[in-house]
Amino acid sequence: MVYLTRRAEFSASHYYHNPAFTREENQRIFGKCNNPHGHGHNYTLEVTVRGEVDSRSGFVMDLGELKEVLNREVLDAMDHRFLNEEVPEFRDRIPTTENLAIAIWQRLAPKLKAASLHRVRVYETPDLFVDFYGEP
Amino acid sequence: MKAHLTRRYLFSASHRLHSAEMSEDENRRIYGKCNNPYGHGHNYALEVTVVGQVDAQTGMVCDLVQLDGFVSREVLERFGHENLNYLEAFQHVVPTTENLCVEIYSVLERGFRAAAVEKIRLEETMMNSFEYCGPQPKGAM
Repeated sequence: MVYLTRRAEFSASHYYHNPAFTREENQRIFGKCNNPHGHGHNYTLEVTVRGEVDSRSGFVMDLGELKEVLNREVLDAMDHRFLNEEVPEFRDRIPTTENLAIAIWQRLAPKLKAASLHRVRVYETPDLFVDFYGEP
Repeated sequence: MKAHLTRRYLFSASHRLHSAEMSEDENRRIYGKCNNPYGHGHNYALEVTVVGQVDAQTGMVCDLVQLDGFVSREVLERFGHENLNYLEAFQHVVPTTENLCVEIYSVLERGFRAAAVEKIRLEETMMNSFEYCGPQPKGAM
C-alpha cells in the first residue's frame, strides 16, 4: 500500500454564525469569526489517496486525474467564493475548518475510482489545520 | 463525525544535555556538542493535535480560545525563554526534545479538559522533530 498526497491552494471567505444562538452567544462563541461581512483565508488543501502500485504504470493513481477531480469538485466550487453563501453544504452547516474538511471529503470520496481516499487535510492558516479520515 | 485539529505554536528555550548518571567522558561521547557546559538554544515549533466529534452547533472539535489560552499559560509561558535545565520538570530528567515532548503531552493530558489530546509534535530544528501520543497499550504498534 502506498499513500500519495496532492496539494492545492484556494482562497475563500466565510463567517461563523449559528441562527439558533442569540447575537451575544454568537459573539461569545465565535469571537471575531462572527463579524457579519466575513473574512478570508488562503487555504491549503492536502488530499491523500492510498492504493497498491499498479504494476504496469507504477502509479497509485494518475496524478492528472486526481488534479482534475480536485479542480472540478473543490477548487471550481470554493476558490474565490464566500463559503456561507455560495457553497451549498454551508447553507445549514457552519464553514469551520472541521466542516470544510468533511465537505471536501464528501465531495471527493465518490469521485475517486482508481485509489481510495485516505485523508483530507485543510490548513486554514500555516498554524491551524484539520485532518479528516472519514471517521463517523 | 470525528476530526483531528492541529494548532502550531512557537517558543524558544535553551538546554544542555547532560546526565548525572554518566561520567564526563560518557556525556561528551553521547551528547557531543549538546553537552557544552553553558547550554545552547532552539526555536521550537510545537504542534498540538486534539481529536473529537465535530459539535453540531458550533462546527468545532475544540474551542480554540481555550486551547490557545491553556497552551499559552501552561506551556509557552512556562518554557518560553527559559533554560529548561533549571525547571522543576528537568531536575532529574535530561531535557532532550523527546523528554520535552513527553512533558508537554503530560501537561495537556493532566490539565486540558476542552478536548481529547491526541498527539504532541515538537520540532527542535527544521531538520528534526518528535511525536508523542501517550503510553501505547501493550501489543500496539
